[in-house]
Amino acid sequence: MMLTAAVLAKRELIKFWREKARVAGFAAAPLLFWFVVSAGFNDFARFYGGSIALALMFSAVFSNMTLIDDRKEGFLAGVLVTPAPRSGIVLGKVLGAALLAWLQSLIFLFFLPVAGLKPGFFGVLGCLGVLALIAILFTLVGFLCAWKMPSTQAFHGVVNMLLMPMWMLSGSLFRYEEAHPGMQMAMRLNPMTYAISLLNQCLGIEAAFSVGLSLALLAGWTLALFALALAWVGRSDYATT
Amino acid sequence: MLLAVENVTHRYGSLVALDQFTMHLNRREIVGLLGPNGSGKSTLLRLLSTQTKPQSGKVEVCGFDTAKHPQAVRARIGVVFQTQTLDKLLTIEENLLACGAFYGLSGRILHERVRQAMYQLGIWDRRADLGKNLSGGLQRRAEIARALLHEPQMLILDEPTTGLDPVARDEFWKAIEELREKRSTAIIVSTHLYEEAERCDTLILLDKGHRVAEGSPSDLKATIGGQVIELKARNPEAALLILQENFSMPVRLVDGVLWVESEQAHLMIPRLVDAMPGEVLSIGLHQPTLADVFRKVTSKTSMAVHA
Repeated sequence: MMLTAAVLAKRELIKFWREKARVAGFAAAPLLFWFVVSAGFNDFARFYGGSIALALMFSAVFSNMTLIDDRKEGFLAGVLVTPAPRSGIVLGKVLGAALLAWLQSLIFLFFLPVAGLKPGFFGVLGCLGVLALIAILFTLVGFLCAWKMPSTQAFHGVVNMLLMPMWMLSGSLFRYEEAHPGMQMAMRLNPMTYAISLLNQCLGIEAAFSVGLSLALLAGWTLALFALALAWVGRSDYATT
Repeated sequence: MLLAVENVTHRYGSLVALDQFTMHLNRREIVGLLGPNGSGKSTLLRLLSTQTKPQSGKVEVCGFDTAKHPQAVRARIGVVFQTQTLDKLLTIEENLLACGAFYGLSGRILHERVRQAMYQLGIWDRRADLGKNLSGGLQRRAEIARALLHEPQMLILDEPTTGLDPVARDEFWKAIEELREKRSTAIIVSTHLYEEAERCDTLILLDKGHRVAEGSPSDLKATIGGQVIELKARNPEAALLILQENFSMPVRLVDGVLWVESEQAHLMIPRLVDAMPGEVLSIGLHQPTLADVFRKVTSKTSMAVHA
């Protein structure tokens, strides 16, 4: 399983590097968003975590859009007729894409001083871990959407419909404690809420949930999506065109 | 037994792609599946290559049931698709190394196998070329190399020469024939091209999900007595009636052309023309081809259907 996963993950990195346009474009938009919104509110710390999360969510989900090309170009069919373990195929695609998205999000950490945040060494280390978890969770979301979507256009539509509410209801835009009780219910169902809470803990900002609860729920969501991806890939009746 | 397909029926909605299909393969030979589009060739190959589970019936490859032990089957077969599976942004060598890893190969053995496969198919010099820069023929050879890394017992090729020019097609077949000689790999190949089918050891003719004939190309052609007369008439239906009333040879009317089997075709031609004055537009004779065999067996089934 690990051999398959390593080969597929490495392939994602090589392809990313060879498609230079993809390397150039990342993280610019969320950085701009953060600057503008923060300058508008004159509070650079408040939207810092949310902006990293936004950048990460989108780059993670979209980095698995390559799965649609893999299917259209026949590469996937070629892999599915080999005895490569299905878990290795999911893990390889997800880890490769997650690593790329995670690396892109790290650019934000260079702006910590601008935000006026001093999380310290362990705080930064914690951030790296939480960002990795978010990256894996959302590459899985991307994987699942890409597996079912017939085209990249359909993928764009579905993903945007899914990601924006998840981000808005995560505590990035308004705080959990200040929200309407109905809204709080929705926020509690959203895995992103716990990710933002964890990120805030690491950055030394007031957080809505405890570290233990947040970690458990985030990990639970990730495992559940991984299991779902495995179940879908395991079915051999899969359109190859 | 290398391959056993037992009573397999497969439907896409109301369309029956394979109907109670049975076939067996013991020897290491090149078996061709010949039939028009929609005859069930691709469905059969999808079942053999574990891409689809049989809806009813059983498929066994090297003694393993494809529905119950797909992984064991996958480890023993190599598959070449109609379309490209190579990654366009990776080089040939990178593609092959990745594929070998999917078969569990690693380290020195993996590199050795990749090198061997590239030499055998004559792509060693092009190993650093990206997938997107390969010509059709080169790409096909890389695809075969990819399917051979794990030394499969059976190679499954689904219309592998689609989109190739005649020279590349010929090269492809030379590579396949060499494989049978050197590695004694069993090869199943689907095609709708008669001249390609001639190169197989055994042919299975498929029509509408049924096997309509099976045998070596020469045996199949021998089922046609003598030569074939191809006759175009002003009014084909009327000509068919005249031929059936006045002559005892087998006659078929397919797509407006009359096909007459005759042991002494050169003597028959003047008699046929005399029998319907002014009706014949053109007439000629040829030795039996696989196309004639196919016309013969499929028109038989269609006659049976009408009856």
